[in-house]
Amino acid sequence: MSDVDKILGVLAEYDSPSEIFHACEETRLAGFKHFDSFTPFPVHNLDKAMGLKPSKLPWIVLAFGLMGGMFAISFMVWASAYDYPFNIGGKPTWSIPAFIPITFEVTILFSALSAVFGMMVLNRMPKFNQPLFNILNFAKVTDDKFFLMIESSDEKFDKDRVVEFLNNTRAKNVIVVEA
Amino acid sequence: MTAAHSISQAIHRGDLALEENPHAREELVRGGRTFNDITEIVCNTPEKSYSEMHIGFKIGLAISMSLLATLLVSIAYLIWEGIGIWGNSSPVFWAWDIVNFVFWVGIGHAGTLISAILFLFRQKWRTSINRYAEAMTVFAVICALMFPGIHVGRIWTIYWMFPVPNQMGMWPNFRSPLLWDLFAVGTYFTVSVLFWYVGMIPDLATLRDRAKKPIAQVMYGLFALGWNGSTKAWVHYERAYIILAALSAPLVLSVHSIVSFDFAVSQLPGWHTTIFPPYFVAGAVFSGFAMVQTLMLPARKWLGLKDIVTIKHIENMNKIILVTGTMVGYAYAMEFFMAWYSGNEYESFTFVNRAFGPYAWAYWIMVTCNVVTPQLFWARSIRTNITASFIISIFVNIGMWFERFVITVTSLNRDFLPSSWRYYLPTKFDFIFLISTFGLFFTFFLLFIRHIPVIAMAEVKSVMKQANPHLKH
Repeated sequence: MSDVDKILGVLAEYDSPSEIFHACEETRLAGFKHFDSFTPFPVHNLDKAMGLKPSKLPWIVLAFGLMGGMFAISFMVWASAYDYPFNIGGKPTWSIPAFIPITFEVTILFSALSAVFGMMVLNRMPKFNQPLFNILNFAKVTDDKFFLMIESSDEKFDKDRVVEFLNNTRAKNVIVVEA
Repeated sequence: MTAAHSISQAIHRGDLALEENPHAREELVRGGRTFNDITEIVCNTPEKSYSEMHIGFKIGLAISMSLLATLLVSIAYLIWEGIGIWGNSSPVFWAWDIVNFVFWVGIGHAGTLISAILFLFRQKWRTSINRYAEAMTVFAVICALMFPGIHVGRIWTIYWMFPVPNQMGMWPNFRSPLLWDLFAVGTYFTVSVLFWYVGMIPDLATLRDRAKKPIAQVMYGLFALGWNGSTKAWVHYERAYIILAALSAPLVLSVHSIVSFDFAVSQLPGWHTTIFPPYFVAGAVFSGFAMVQTLMLPARKWLGLKDIVTIKHIENMNKIILVTGTMVGYAYAMEFFMAWYSGNEYESFTFVNRAFGPYAWAYWIMVTCNVVTPQLFWARSIRTNITASFIISIFVNIGMWFERFVITVTSLNRDFLPSSWRYYLPTKFDFIFLISTFGLFFTFFLLFIRHIPVIAMAEVKSVMKQANPHLKH
């Protein structure tokens, strides 16, 4: 009986950015699709080595930013020209130039809020409890060690083959992670 | 070399200015450090107990908290008794309250500039100072926001500023710079806090993973949001960071421009001029960098950060102070030129009055501190000297406070009708409010130093030589 249900994946530990970079490239070239790397800081071009697609976040930010801008200007026009207009020396009630500073600021506010909360949603944060936090060595990921995990959900996953494969990538440690 | 000599060399290595080499960039982190070294150096302070902290920290925190208490009591008294406890009176209805507001908001702008604008210009040296500067921004904006809040007189009606449906069926005046300020500074505060917090998530994860005490594990764990360094997460995170930087850059320019509109949109000579937005923004960056220097120069010594915040960083900040100080000096000259060139007798009078009228003493303090002292930074020996940098930064802070004072008070004290002219004098409460806001600022700041990593560890590691994955070793 396969033990895929009980294990999350196989984790390999490395000491330097170049090692994790080559390991990720080899993993991608070997045809694995469900894997991720873990680093203390973003390693340059590692996402390309893994074959990751660029983030959709900018589109989310654009959408919310535009919504914010349109909301701000329409509200101000409604409030100042229709709901309770003031006649100040006959000046136009549709005073768009005067409304620009607030529109600008509200656009930026909505964009920034959507950037942060969009990022958290895309990253499935907060996730306080993760199986990886049960691995003792994994605590070094936020210090100076680099990790690669091939997940058991991958089609090509076979525990022993994956362990052997990762050992061949010059990993310092290869650990099987339970779910 | 003796052993003692090489140890003192090591300690002061971060203070030694290296030869300028036009063909190679200087190392951003000195001393042949590893990634783990950065973690250890920066996590050292948050992992100490209060009793282990430097004595300067303890004394500073005690003084700041007493000043904070004074501030809270003073605000209560102000609300009870009214604005009359300040010196504001006809014709100077805006005085230290608005000067302090612009002073603190201006200081905040340097933090955003370091974080956002230097990031967009790919200036890697910013990684050692950005967390610190952003913290300064957040706390400075808190100090700033307090003043417009309390200076309205009837604080219980302050909700009128917000566009909320109310019993009068009225809305705020969206065409007024005073309302633009609310949205601008409010947005600036929100975005600064978000940028500062998002930037520190990986570092909070570092502290979480090293934490021994349960309270530390829970608190850092909570705020680290389960960060695990996953590259898939880094992809979205880096996008969010770039977007926040790209949003913050126009934000900082627009916020201080809007603050300058408080003056420029009025009709007073000396205030009603189109030079105000760029002049205020340059002045804000100028005073903000000076405050970063004032805070960073002692901190790097007392927190053991000399290898990470090196003389190169100090020198780069001094160069920015020199540039923005020159821009401010140019603005002063242009104001005078336009006052003469315009042929407008009221404009000319206002500027002659600034330099030679009853507040001439304030004007010349401003010019000496803002125009003369930063020019000393043309000399490499001065801009790489720690003591000189500190002294000049204090002078710049003083000068920039006086600049806002001169702008506000001289145009109000002698405006259109000579029979209304009065000499404005501050009261002791004006002094108490200014000094005790430093208590508010430093309480926050010292607590920040004690609990949060003051240097962006993940960012510094990413700009070290060893971080390059294509390095042969």
